[in-house]
Amino acid sequence: MLRRVTTPEGGATGRTPTSREPLVVMSGVDKHFGDLHVLKGVDLVVGRGEVLVVIGPSGSGKSTLCRTINRLESIDGGSITIDGAELPAEGKELARLRSDVGMVFQSFNLFAHKTVLENVTLGPTKVRGVKKADADRRGRELLERVGVGHQADKYPAQLSGGQQQRVAIARALAMEPKVILFDEPTSALDPEMISEVLDVMTDLATSGMTMVVVTHEMGFARKAADRVVFMADGELVEQADPETFFTAPRSPRAQDFLSKIFTH
Amino acid sequence: MEPVLDNLDLYVSGFWRSLEIVLWAAAGSLALGILLAAFRVSPVPVLQRLGALYVATIRNTPLTIVLFFFAFGVPAAFGVTWDFFALGTVGLVVYTAAFVCESVRSGVNAVDAGQAEAARALGLTFRQNLSLVVLPQALRTVVPPTGSVIIAMIKNSAVVGAIGVSGDLFSAYRRMASALGYERLPSIAGTAVGFLVMTLTAGAILMVVERRMAVSR
Ligand SMILES: Nc1ncnc2c1ncn2[C@@H]1O[C@H](COP(=O)(O)OP(=O)(O)OP(=O)(O)O)[C@@H](O)[C@H]1O
Ligand SMILES: [Mg+2]
Repeated sequence: MLRRVTTPEGGATGRTPTSREPLVVMSGVDKHFGDLHVLKGVDLVVGRGEVLVVIGPSGSGKSTLCRTINRLESIDGGSITIDGAELPAEGKELARLRSDVGMVFQSFNLFAHKTVLENVTLGPTKVRGVKKADADRRGRELLERVGVGHQADKYPAQLSGGQQQRVAIARALAMEPKVILFDEPTSALDPEMISEVLDVMTDLATSGMTMVVVTHEMGFARKAADRVVFMADGELVEQADPETFFTAPRSPRAQDFLSKIFTH
Repeated sequence: MEPVLDNLDLYVSGFWRSLEIVLWAAAGSLALGILLAAFRVSPVPVLQRLGALYVATIRNTPLTIVLFFFAFGVPAAFGVTWDFFALGTVGLVVYTAAFVCESVRSGVNAVDAGQAEAARALGLTFRQNLSLVVLPQALRTVVPPTGSVIIAMIKNSAVVGAIGVSGDLFSAYRRMASALGYERLPSIAGTAVGFLVMTLTAGAILMVVERRMAVSR
């Protein structure tokens, strides 16, 4: 069922999807680190079921953008809502809201002192109050789904980077989040492991999961993304569907950036 | 050492009394120290500042001043009627907790920030984050320095005796040297041996714990 939605003014970049129910709504989001203005009045709507790829030069604020969505970074101005609810300040209520927003980090960040299965069941048992037996069963299913079922009882350090990142995705999925944020999930991986992680992410995208993915993997963006957002200097400079963005970028900054990543 | 052997029961009962102080003080200072460390790493600025203020104040005050404050200042000012044993132990806890706090905090800081971040992103509360993710990983780096703090505390507990607790190892020396009129050197040596038994045992326990943790992951 499609609902007609009103989205906040799209700012300079205008385009917002109208066919999807908005799930993450950022409007006029400002963020400073000291004197550095990292996010400059960012307006962004992510629709339910949408796969959004965020691309842009180093230091443009992509990670910060991601991290404000589950309030790992606080914001100085504007507002962010998840499924209609504004992110509260630090506390129990924030923890509850965060549990609906999954996050996959560049450096995996699996809990080093817990087994793979425990990594996946910690959230459901401690945050959601799921019974251990149920969480274990569901955890094993998810590990199977991302292709590391037979590693369930090992510790993270015993796994390859690609396997660890797939466990991290299973850990996020175990919370049955409304949206999952990926911050350069394959940047820390050896080349031969990148595709195994991207395959899992592509499957997820196909299954209808809402995803915000910071990545420079063009293949993934072309195959799985509904929309690409180009970010530079804390602003959303351009957004388009992947094909249009990669073949005919409009802004000079995006053209310049793409010419650089194409040449190596 | 004859005078000591002749009065061995005096030293043995003094040993148990001192051990009692040490055990209470160890439990109390570990609990208070961990709580203070939690304050210092909490996301709440007021708690952070409270923890920092506590450490800055206590760590920069001589032990004897802290103990005198609790043994004489507190009863006079607030009409507290506890005995020296309780007051001295509380003073020792207050003093030692500042050092426990700093060693726990340094261990927490040694845990990769990504661990706490992943826990936050899952929706764990601050307390769950500390108790389920950060502290268990900090434990290995925390145990050796905290052990040293506790061993120092055992030695400091002699000062509690010197202030006026009766029946402990230090008062055994005082009784021997003044009331019973024995020579001072062997009398104090007996007390020293009593403390050595405690500190060496603590050191041995610490070593076993460290070795266990090195084996398990
Ligand atoms: N905690 C912080 N304190 C101070 N400055 C920060 C902090 N985090 C990020 N910055 C700065 O903010 C800017 C944006 O950083 P951010 O990590 O969001 O960029 P990015 O687009 O993700 O870059 P990259 O591609 O290198 O990951 C950078 O200049 C960075 O140095
Ligand atoms: Mg980044």
